[in-house]
Amino acid sequence: MDASELLEPFDRMLATIAMPAAVRAVEGGSDASAMWSELAQSGFLDALVPEEAGGAGLSLSAIAPLIEAIGAHALPLPAAETMVARALLAGTGLASPDGPIALATAGVPGQIVPCGLVAAHVLIDLGDRLVLAPIDALAVTPTGVHHALAVRIGWEGTPAGRDITRPRAGLRALAAVVRATLIAGTAHRLLELTTRHANERVQFGKPIGRQQALQQNLAVMAEDAVVARIAAQLGCAQGLDVSPAAAAVAKSTASSVAARLAGTAHAVHGAIGISEEFDLQLLTRRLHEWRLADGSEGYWNGVLGAARLADPAGSVDWIRAEVFA
Amino acid sequence: MFDTLTLAALPPEDEALRPQIQALIASHVAGLPADRRARSWQGFDAAFSRALGQAGFLGLTLPRAYGGQERGPFARFVVVEELLSAGAPVAAHWIADRQSAPLILGYGTEEQRRAYIPRICRGEALFCIGMSEPGSGSDLASVRTRAERTNKGWRVNGQKIWTTNAMHSDYMIALLRTSGTPEDRHAGLSQLIIDLKAPGVVVRPIVDLTGDAHFAEVFFDNVELPVEALIGGEGEGWKQVTAELAFERSGPERIYSSVVLLDAWIRHLQAVGRRDAGVLTGRFMAEIATLRAMSIACTARLALGESPVVEASIVKDRGTTFEQDLPVAIGDDLAAHPDELVSDELYRTLLYVTHIAPSFSLRGGTREILRGIIARGMGLR
Ligand SMILES: Cc1cc2nc3c(=O)[nH]c(=O)nc-3n(C[C@H](O)[C@H](O)[C@H](O)COP(=O)(O)OP(=O)(O)OC[C@H]3O[C@@H](n4cnc5c(N)ncnc54)[C@H](O)[C@@H]3O)c2cc1C
Repeated sequence: MDASELLEPFDRMLATIAMPAAVRAVEGGSDASAMWSELAQSGFLDALVPEEAGGAGLSLSAIAPLIEAIGAHALPLPAAETMVARALLAGTGLASPDGPIALATAGVPGQIVPCGLVAAHVLIDLGDRLVLAPIDALAVTPTGVHHALAVRIGWEGTPAGRDITRPRAGLRALAAVVRATLIAGTAHRLLELTTRHANERVQFGKPIGRQQALQQNLAVMAEDAVVARIAAQLGCAQGLDVSPAAAAVAKSTASSVAARLAGTAHAVHGAIGISEEFDLQLLTRRLHEWRLADGSEGYWNGVLGAARLADPAGSVDWIRAEVFA
Repeated sequence: MFDTLTLAALPPEDEALRPQIQALIASHVAGLPADRRARSWQGFDAAFSRALGQAGFLGLTLPRAYGGQERGPFARFVVVEELLSAGAPVAAHWIADRQSAPLILGYGTEEQRRAYIPRICRGEALFCIGMSEPGSGSDLASVRTRAERTNKGWRVNGQKIWTTNAMHSDYMIALLRTSGTPEDRHAGLSQLIIDLKAPGVVVRPIVDLTGDAHFAEVFFDNVELPVEALIGGEGEGWKQVTAELAFERSGPERIYSSVVLLDAWIRHLQAVGRRDAGVLTGRFMAEIATLRAMSIACTARLALGESPVVEASIVKDRGTTFEQDLPVAIGDDLAAHPDELVSDELYRTLLYVTHIAPSFSLRGGTREILRGIIARGMGLR
């Protein structure tokens, strides 16, 4: 199956179940279970699960366009996270629970987990093993950020739940690649919306996109979107057992362009982009949240730099061996 | 938007070139200090270029019939990446191998191909690019230097400037006005191959702010050229130049201009045992890896026979921004540790790259012009 055959039906489904009004409703506290069951019935959530375990047996690279689409539609559910969690569960020989699964990658109680508010389970990396904990067994507190679906999770002692095989580089590296891919999808959607707006909005008698200052900023925005996507692809290319270096390149790059992308999108839209009623904010709020989730650019640069400084090779050779191999 | 710039891998048969090219480079550049190696694509060494030609590392994208290796853009990527990351002096063959030979192959007559390409592949025919003029920089369509038809061929009058390596080159491929006036813009421009030994050609090197003389001004006073000097179609110069610039803008040279400095700095950090620059180092690694993936993605479009003009502009703008950020950040890091001694070699390398860095986003088309091309690709113009 080629990428577009996979993507088109998925994208169509997201366009129907995650209309901006529906996204807003979930963010406002409405029940997301109908949206989730459509998604679950589509079968896409088992895309990464091996065929012998009843999944589609696809690689992370193959489904990267689906993860991008989840970002592009501002889906208010941890669908990409669930895909990864289901693959890890299958790898341990376990059947997946039905509901949405969020990823907690810090190992400490009190951490912030994206989409925790709409998750039924959280897959927690405790440093030496992963535990799949039902959300009801955890202490959940909202972050207080307007309309955010992220929550703080906590536990006493060790969280109760089933043990899952931990990927070599930990859950954080894998989550970072997924997060980078979500950012890339959101970035491309923002780029489309912003370019369209620049071509339609007229000031001083011509579309604002005819102004050279805006063209220069929009060109940088396009570069940022391209950069985020190719870095995410570098991470996805290594599959579920991603190396820390490749994950670092993906997340550091995506995180470092995310804030500027959001900033340019808002700048070009002017005041209307700030209003709650306009859809832009559904995307830009996520971009900022994801930049911080699973390690920002500073965190991953530190990981990458420490590994680089410990190796006597030349930089280009090192990158080829650690990221492209 | 820009969905064509997608992850591509270097084919294993081209990767296999690495050990051989590494060995050849090591035997030539091992003794050069970092500040010499940092000059890489301004470093002129005709003997080294001939050695590369002899070993089959030039003309990698060109047909065997003309002395090339018939391997394609990926093989060239591997070789170029090795040359630049080692800081080998590549100026002598650089332009001929990258731009002139593919241009002659694509638009030249059979006689022109046979006359020039085999010599380029041997590292023996050196070319320069005559586009810029004192009045025509970013606005290339306004070139004034004229080639008039005579009964024997062409007569050229005018001046080019900033011509990299004109003083060492055998030929210039010049963008000239063959009809109309500068007001006619793209119409009436043609490319001609000018033998720089022809009477009436005067080349004057221009010294740059680092003390090097790598570019020059070139004057044409009634220079007589044969009919065969025309390359491609008369009046087709603009179209040909645009395609040529995709070769110039997409390659690894738009990422690796400061990589010798980067490695010299990392060796310094390792030698003094400092670990506080880890975040900065990591940022550089993430950027290099991403740019490399983009440049390979662009190379893949070239390999498909496309002319990825907009994509190449993205790679170049992004790459030169990185190349220019490096010396600024490394300078800050080193001088943020005033009690830590820096070797002369590293200090000279840092300041050489710092001083020459503004040229990175000028040569081959300025940042503002490239962003204009990207904006056009987005439908904004
Ligand atoms: C190291 C080096 C090597 C070179 N080698 C060669 C060579 O081998 N052959 C050759 O032909 N040329 C060569 N060049 C010339 C190079 O291509 C030109 O410098 C470049 O195209 C810019 O032209 P200019 O210098 O005349 O600047 P200008 O065109 O005068 O530009 C000055 C500034 O104005 C900006 N600007 C101009 N027009 C616009 C616009 N429409 N919108 C927004 N901003 C604008 C530019 O971006 C720039 O910032 C070389 C240059 C350098 C630095």
